[in-house]
Amino acid sequence: MLQRLLSKDLPRSPWLAVLLVVLFLGLAFAPFLFPGVKALNVAAKILIFVALVASFDLLLGYTGIVSFAHTMFFGIGAYGVAIALSSVEEASWGVLLLGVLCALAVSLLLSLLIGLFSLRVRAIFFAMITLAVASAFLTLASQLSDFTGGEDGLTFSVPELLSPGFELSEEPLALPWGEVNLNGKLLTYYLVFASVCAIFLTLLRIVNSPFGRVLQAIRENDFRAEALGYRTVVYRTLSNVLSASFATLAGCLLAIWLRYNGPDTSLSFEIMLDILLIVVIGGMGTLYGALVGSVLFVLAQSYLQDLLRLAGEAAEGIPLLPALLTPDRWLLWLGLLFVVSVYYFPTGIVGKLRERAVLAQLRRLK
Amino acid sequence: MTSLKDMDWKPMALVPLLALAALPAVGSPSTWLTLTVAGLAMGMIVFIIASGLTLVFGLMDVLNFGHGVFIALGAFVATTVLASMGQYTTADSLWLNLLALLPAMLVAMAVAGALGLVFERFIIRPVYGMHLKQILITMGGMIIGEEMIKVIWGPEQIPLPLPEALRGAVLLGDAAVEKYRLVAVLVGAAVFAAMVWTLNRTKVGLLIRAGVQDREMVESLGYRIRRLFVGVFVAGSALAGLGGVMWGLYQQTVIPQMGAQVNVLIFIVIIIGGLGSTLGALIGALLVGLMANYTGFLVPKVALFSNIALMVAILLWRPQGVYPVTSR
Repeated sequence: MLQRLLSKDLPRSPWLAVLLVVLFLGLAFAPFLFPGVKALNVAAKILIFVALVASFDLLLGYTGIVSFAHTMFFGIGAYGVAIALSSVEEASWGVLLLGVLCALAVSLLLSLLIGLFSLRVRAIFFAMITLAVASAFLTLASQLSDFTGGEDGLTFSVPELLSPGFELSEEPLALPWGEVNLNGKLLTYYLVFASVCAIFLTLLRIVNSPFGRVLQAIRENDFRAEALGYRTVVYRTLSNVLSASFATLAGCLLAIWLRYNGPDTSLSFEIMLDILLIVVIGGMGTLYGALVGSVLFVLAQSYLQDLLRLAGEAAEGIPLLPALLTPDRWLLWLGLLFVVSVYYFPTGIVGKLRERAVLAQLRRLK
Repeated sequence: MTSLKDMDWKPMALVPLLALAALPAVGSPSTWLTLTVAGLAMGMIVFIIASGLTLVFGLMDVLNFGHGVFIALGAFVATTVLASMGQYTTADSLWLNLLALLPAMLVAMAVAGALGLVFERFIIRPVYGMHLKQILITMGGMIIGEEMIKVIWGPEQIPLPLPEALRGAVLLGDAAVEKYRLVAVLVGAAVFAAMVWTLNRTKVGLLIRAGVQDREMVESLGYRIRRLFVGVFVAGSALAGLGGVMWGLYQQTVIPQMGAQVNVLIFIVIIIGGLGSTLGALIGALLVGLMANYTGFLVPKVALFSNIALMVAILLWRPQGVYPVTSR
């Protein structure tokens, strides 16, 4: 059962297995384990990033092409839901679904066009062209203010069942470590949780299918894959379309969770960097890396800035150091971390753990 | 150098063709002339910025997403140098102004070149030949560089006013041409000539081209190809620094994010040009400059996408760019 669910792609390392189970259970019971608004927001953000990063890994880790337009598709999903729900008086499930479907259609078309166009010649074009298209899209989204709300973004209401006003029970659930409100927000969390699980397992199924094998063959040596009779253009384009579609779904989840969407929350280039960083830290070419990396990264992002502020205050009086340690400069440390991890941990946390497991096994055989 | 008869003239004809095609759309000939000259001058500035990248990519096969950092650095160094030369920039004498501009350019090139040396050693050298890692690593370098600029010069935008005598416009017939754009055309032409001459007519250029084709053979003849390539990278970075000064003076303000913004523009230019061709980059830059000015005048809403539309059109015609570098 578990084998089938995970598409026979098991963690292959006892430590990784333990880590994954802990993270999974932690996320599944997060509203009850860590009561409080901030903790719940962090948990939901982790979930959405898991889906987003896993879909990016399909492209970067499994197919070996770099796209800078992933946040564009993420944003299309978020804007699809936001525009659909903010244009009606009464939010309903039908409108929500319509928004999701429209966003998917736009992403599908756009990713197909970009893919066919730039992957036809050289994969290396792809990185540059996606960067150009994504930056034009970002400007477009902030300029068309009648449609997208411009820089201010859109605030909207979600179907009754998901809104915080919907109460499951009058009394909050009292636990020894805090109180949990049983309301629509909790339901939304579990909607996000279930959707992300479904997306993750589907992606796992895709990368472990014969189709996924071909993608990995293309990553390793595209010339040889072509010689074996696989149309690499078709496979790369399909990979791009799939990855874009899942990113769009992740964007829809973000919009449903925040009940708001603007250029900075879903389209900004910073999110693109975050995705790249998570993929590299977690481990390229392993979907489990998306889970491990997202948890680590979002936790660090949510709490590291406080730490930097403390360090900056501690370094008061020393020249230059306080300027480097302000929370505003945290992207600098992220960049350094990124460069160091591309050099020294190209396989990421998951890759390292699996490597250790293989070495331990070899030692036992001797 | 191919003989004149074998020259591929079609891409070169694109620039005048685009200009002529815009004439009926714009209507008034004097407006058209103003726009065309402005577009060509902007194209020259874009070419200066893109030339460094096309050099590094075409000769070393390094896709440097961090190129924008050198551009931003050049512009920021120029603000510091020009600010320290106060009376030279405000004096109403062309020669004194140029005397202030020249050191700003030289210092910017030197600083950008020096950073290029460090960048090559720590960021690029371990990932030669690996495109995927190059993209990731240089992107990381870009973030670090941009943040360091914010640490040194602060995150706000800084004004970079033009020297006194270069402000305003001169009248050529009915068309008004900004003086600074004329300077840009001259500098751009000089950069183009220097690049073509160095690569095609000097021994260093010969060695570099030979090294690109067969590295081991050139090494076995006793030349240190690695040093030569480091030199190419430093030259590319220095050109980016120069481009940064020109672009900063053109925009008249500089912000730390300018590198990332310009990156998008120069990628479009070198894709049009054929990833590594100097002449291709020049044509790409001129086309982008003209297109930006025409659409900015005719339909400002579309101006955002005009460059991408241009790139799409060119790639449909020649999928590898106008002058594909055949060795790759």
